[in-house]
Amino acid sequence: MAKTLFEKIWNRHIVKTIDGGPAVMYIDKHFIHEVTSPQAFNGLNKRGIQVFRPQQTVATADHNVPTLNQHLPIKEELSRKQVEALIKNCAEHGVELYGLGHPYQGIVHVIGPELGITQPGMTIVCGDSHTSTHGAFGSIAFGIGTSEVEMVLATQCLLQTKPKLMRINVEGDLKNGVVSKDIVLYILSKISASGATGYAVEFAGSAIRSLSMEARMTICNMSIEMGGRCGLIAPDETTFSYIKGRKFAPPLSPEGGQEGSAWDKALTNWKTLYSDADAVFDKEYHFDAADIEPMITYGTNPGMGIPVTGTIPTTETINETDKSGLNKSLAYMGLQQGAPIRGQKVDYVFIGSCTNSRIEDLRMVASFVKGKQKANDVEVWIVPGSKQVEAQAKAEGIDKIFEEAGFMLRQPGCSACLGMNEDKIPAGKYCISTSNRNFEGRQGAGARTLLASPLTAAAAAVTGVVTDVRELMPPSPEGEFVSSLIESNQTN
Amino acid sequence: MSKAENNFNATVSPFRGQGLHSTFVPLNMENVDTDQIIPARFLKATTRDGFGKNLFRDWRYENDDETKPKAEFVLNQPQYSGEILVAAKNFGCGSSREHAAWAIADYGFRAVVSSFFADIFKNNALNNGLLPVVVSDEFLQKIFAASHSDPKARLEINLQEQTIKLSVSETPPSEGLGEVFDINAYKKTCMLNGYDDIDYLLSIKQDIINYETTLS
Repeated sequence: MAKTLFEKIWNRHIVKTIDGGPAVMYIDKHFIHEVTSPQAFNGLNKRGIQVFRPQQTVATADHNVPTLNQHLPIKEELSRKQVEALIKNCAEHGVELYGLGHPYQGIVHVIGPELGITQPGMTIVCGDSHTSTHGAFGSIAFGIGTSEVEMVLATQCLLQTKPKLMRINVEGDLKNGVVSKDIVLYILSKISASGATGYAVEFAGSAIRSLSMEARMTICNMSIEMGGRCGLIAPDETTFSYIKGRKFAPPLSPEGGQEGSAWDKALTNWKTLYSDADAVFDKEYHFDAADIEPMITYGTNPGMGIPVTGTIPTTETINETDKSGLNKSLAYMGLQQGAPIRGQKVDYVFIGSCTNSRIEDLRMVASFVKGKQKANDVEVWIVPGSKQVEAQAKAEGIDKIFEEAGFMLRQPGCSACLGMNEDKIPAGKYCISTSNRNFEGRQGAGARTLLASPLTAAAAAVTGVVTDVRELMPPSPEGEFVSSLIESNQTN
Repeated sequence: MSKAENNFNATVSPFRGQGLHSTFVPLNMENVDTDQIIPARFLKATTRDGFGKNLFRDWRYENDDETKPKAEFVLNQPQYSGEILVAAKNFGCGSSREHAAWAIADYGFRAVVSSFFADIFKNNALNNGLLPVVVSDEFLQKIFAASHSDPKARLEINLQEQTIKLSVSETPPSEGLGEVFDINAYKKTCMLNGYDDIDYLLSIKQDIINYETTLS
């Protein structure tokens, strides 16, 4: 019988199914961080049990860490205690920790893929909703609560009910100046912030297949913003060449006495991971890539997005889903119905988060901003996703380009995406942000967030207002500017 | 349920299956995200306790000042109280922070009613003895309308029967003001008896080990 990609992975991971109830799902990889794990370890200690399969859990410190002076003790007492608790818990339970100061430290959804831990066909969970990022590799990856973190630590399993299946197809070529963040903000604006609740979402179509792995991660990352249980993309040559040779990728040379390498064996398996031609989805959407413009949000949920050249919806023009919240959102944002978003003053620019903090994002911003200067009254924070991204940026001289432009390159962490550490946007200020959520207070109490791509954020950094990045890009009818960037990314 | 499943130690408080009968707090807002339920700056604790005082913190207080409650926010309106929170659709979207469920439970709510919940929040609620009750849009509107005309309107939730009924002004629920709600049979048993998933999963550890041997 024809199966979807999701079903193929799901079926391989069911230990048993409870009569009339959920299935027991085996978890291949588990990521933990300092904020949602301490209570789970407390639970294990109360029960007097150890982590069941410590080699299948990897820890890092990201949510709550400072992004300046990471070599010094964390000043804020509660944050420091949380990070110390992670160190202690990992040591007691034999869990590998890439903590502050470690060359692999970084945002959990950046380090998993870059270390080759994230692989096709796996089940991957973490006490963080953006775990959906890892689905870009063709895995079932989703965020869980702390009780569930405890379950996975204790038994390497979770109880899960099978979600419905959705496929979102994006076909055709992207316009110049349009990148993967715009694709996902566009989809969100069409299906709303709850459009995929209860579904596992597969992203497909030629526009998706043409994307690099990092660009794919941006899309799957925000599948949770549609309410999706997870987002996934069938693995292909782009996926395989990204993983090949990474630290924890299957080894390329055969181990003693074995025929064939672990890599070859894995590849044979990974190549079976796609939705069969006649597989059936509960819901399917089709979008044309050529319809997508550089996008930006104006409201307080990620579904409230418009083209940068567009106007803010009015009570008459907005979709039903966001109608009731429109006035409340605009009052919070200090914006007006029917007004253009272009030209809106920006106070802060945040380029970072598990959505857009990878080396490609930094390269894209650097290529655009080289030789340009930030606007005087704008503060620009660039927060790399990991120590490895930071090191790579420095090796390529990207740090110098940022410095010359007046951008501040900080140290890795979740930072102003959620403002848990000191990186907060002051009340009433506007921040154009490459992160994933524009909820009230997300970047600091009273902060006003405009979500956009790294290119659109960089354009605002230069002009000080919301800008159509295409106006500042070299004339390029073929879209050479962005496509050359993406090519350079894929060779790395 | 299998025999093994009956050997649980109850580790969470049993939900009163015979019925929760209470006034309720109407939060007529859609897409209430977990950043509103409990802002990130309050996630620095390493225990599960004490989150209730920061529930809806930035909607409750002016400039983060507990001496300046925002009068328009429903938790600050003395006419509304009770053990049930009623919210509009897509409640609990956003971050997976279980702290949101802890905060709601710690504040004193035992159940949340909405026309639909975000996935992760729903699981988190169930794992903490906080009952998420999904009702139709029509019934939800009736509940909000009733609360508007009669702040002492009550909801009666019976988990055993899977029913929810609305009554106004101390009168018993009238015809048509009730619904049957869905809940996974396994989760229902857990809620009624205070079982938790970890007890269950630990009880089938041998099955898990057997499964692992099938992995190459």
